[in-house]
Amino acid sequence: MISTVYAVLFYVATVLLIVGTGMKVLKYARTPILLKIPVSPAPRTKRGVVLRMLREVLFFESLFKSNKWIWIFAYLFHYGMALVLLRHLRYFTDPVWWWVALIQPFGILAGFAMFAGLGGLMARRIFQPRIRYISNPSDYLMLALLMLIVFSGYSMKFLAHTDIIALKAYMLGLMRFQIGDLPTTLPLLVHLASVATLMIIFPISKLMHAPGLFFAPSRTMVDNARDKRFVSKWARNLPPLPEGIPTSEEG
Amino acid sequence: MAPLDKKADDDKFMDNPFVIPPLECGASLDTDTFKAYPEHNEALGFPGELLDNWKEVAIAKMGELAKRNRAFQVYLDTCVKCGACTDKCQYFLGTADPKNMPVARQDLLRSVYRRYYTFAGKYFPWLVGARDLTKEVLDEWYTYYHQCSQCRRCSVACPYGIDTAEISMAAREILDSVGVGQKYCNEIIAKLKKTGNNLGLNPKALAATLEDLEEDLEDETGVAVKIPLDVKGADILLITPSADFFAEPHIDGLLGYAKVFHSAGVSWTLSSYASEAANFGMFIGSYENMREVSWRIRQAAKDLGVKRIIFGECGHAWRVAYSFLNTLAGPFDFLDQNYPIPQHILEFTLDEIESGRLKIDKSRNDEFVMTYHDSCNVARGSAMGDKEGGQFDVPRAVIKAVCNNFHDMERDTIRENTFCCGGGGGLLTDDLMDLRIKGAKPRMTALKQVSDNHGVNKMAAICAICKTQFAKVMPKYGFEMDTIMSVHQLVANAVILDGQESDEAEEPTAEETP
Ligand code: SF4
Ligand code: SF4
Repeated sequence: MISTVYAVLFYVATVLLIVGTGMKVLKYARTPILLKIPVSPAPRTKRGVVLRMLREVLFFESLFKSNKWIWIFAYLFHYGMALVLLRHLRYFTDPVWWWVALIQPFGILAGFAMFAGLGGLMARRIFQPRIRYISNPSDYLMLALLMLIVFSGYSMKFLAHTDIIALKAYMLGLMRFQIGDLPTTLPLLVHLASVATLMIIFPISKLMHAPGLFFAPSRTMVDNARDKRFVSKWARNLPPLPEGIPTSEEG
Repeated sequence: MAPLDKKADDDKFMDNPFVIPPLECGASLDTDTFKAYPEHNEALGFPGELLDNWKEVAIAKMGELAKRNRAFQVYLDTCVKCGACTDKCQYFLGTADPKNMPVARQDLLRSVYRRYYTFAGKYFPWLVGARDLTKEVLDEWYTYYHQCSQCRRCSVACPYGIDTAEISMAAREILDSVGVGQKYCNEIIAKLKKTGNNLGLNPKALAATLEDLEEDLEDETGVAVKIPLDVKGADILLITPSADFFAEPHIDGLLGYAKVFHSAGVSWTLSSYASEAANFGMFIGSYENMREVSWRIRQAAKDLGVKRIIFGECGHAWRVAYSFLNTLAGPFDFLDQNYPIPQHILEFTLDEIESGRLKIDKSRNDEFVMTYHDSCNVARGSAMGDKEGGQFDVPRAVIKAVCNNFHDMERDTIRENTFCCGGGGGLLTDDLMDLRIKGAKPRMTALKQVSDNHGVNKMAAICAICKTQFAKVMPKYGFEMDTIMSVHQLVANAVILDGQESDEAEEPTAEETP
């Protein structure tokens, strides 16, 4: 019973995540940019823009320059999570890829980094008056959900041991559309349910910042307005204005 | 080299330009700018007065803008409320009103957008801070979107590049579309559409003004330096803010351009039809109005048959010129393609200096210890020269070429992190004087630092709005109003024209001042 519920949950979550995010990304891509609006100093070439975006993604460059505390916590959280996610590939691959096997111990440590980062962000949200002022319930809940995911994940390792072999068999089965038996320890059920929740809300929440980053005209546009005429799809349909000066205009 | 005159007591300033005030809710709620009269709104193609069905129109407009403008759409979606931008706005630092924190300013609109256009906001408004559009919300928009100078300082700080200026422009467009315009901006655009400039100055009056200035120039130098108007077949069309014809220290900048053009031996002209560089269409976020205003420049350039377009010292005008003109009024295939289209006067002057064609006597500016205020729109919305960051380096190169003493202000208050003067984005109106004074506080504090530490006694700028704002606001901080200078005023001081009758021209000596 529970195995089936979770299977359905994961299929639904995966579809919503992929389709929802895909639709949003398509919407962004199809929405015209009206004018050349990079925030300068901006690169004069496409290559420069790629480098600018790489620095943003790899180092969170702008955040580093603007707020060191948020940067530390955000960096710990995001890159901790990246490692943790890569580590989890071992539940979906058989045989496990060599480099996934290699990073297993780091993945465990990265979970702590992730938790520390989340804790820091949560503390700032609660105790820093400016950030508290701009926070909505969803902002706290999002952090709480992520913390719950990490916490329940560690519980399986350190509190109530879960049968990983059985879990892996279940996951590999799901990937082949076969529903096997899910081990039903509480931490695992909480862990999986909270991950599915995160996947479902991804496309309809601020989590869209991840793909959104690549659509921000302020960072992704090339600064070449004088060299190359830029006209948006939308502006091409505007009625033309008169050439030449109307004579009645003067005075 | 007397340091700045500081009559004012020191507590006008901050301990440093970045001191974050404790939040004071509603501190700036009563600072409202006058609303436009119906005739001004109508001249711009907006309803004269608040529509009866304003709510539906506003909500529909919001959806239309989100569909039409990727920046607006993406910025509404991607904010994670990290707070990195919260201490970056000069109006927040100056007023302590939390709604002047960039993300809070965006949220005024985002909360409504979520309510009507997102799943979470439609079904769980309390969860994501979504709220209905009411008259109070509309009023709040009017108040706080007119406390943003669209300077983009917050965008530099944001990990996702969210540009509050875009949100602020969209908000003003929505307000205009339901009949709530701002008097200052809309009246000016209406005037420009009638007369060609923000001042409402007709061609005759403009010609007379320029003649007076020519006389002044000849009196000063003994050389007949011309300021031509509507000369067909001239090579260069100069588009400059109309404040350059009237206000101080702007005029001195105009005299500087005239001297540089004279020395360079080029033929140039102003146009009475396009006698304005400023384009307030940008401030109200109206593509159509901005396009119409820009189009006049194309018309004038074609009509006069010029080969090049050069812009005078004006911040947002240079953003519109550099970043948008080609889009709005191009293609400029009828101009000489060997020069940048358009070119900035500072690019022109720097070329003249570097090629050695301009004769300079730096010592004529020896009484000044300069610093330079990067104007927000030039710094974060445009560029100069052909290297990234030219908008910071070209003006400094010119100042250093004509001046012996220069010190930059605190690093995080200049270049891409420059503070707005406090009067940009359509806020340069007397009814917002209180806000302008408060918004200038971080800049004034940074200026005081270099004044105390390096004896700086003048600050140069290349923006008509910055110059007017500082001339007005500096006295409130105990600086003389002429502490603000045009960059081309410094150039004008130092240039020696051929045939100029003065001792310095023959034997430049350091002791003598012109
Ligand atoms: S654009 Fe400038 S004035 Fe507007 S919120 Fe951002 S920092 Fe403040
Ligand atoms: S820095 Fe950007 S993401 Fe962070 S709160 Fe400000 S606007 Fe939102």
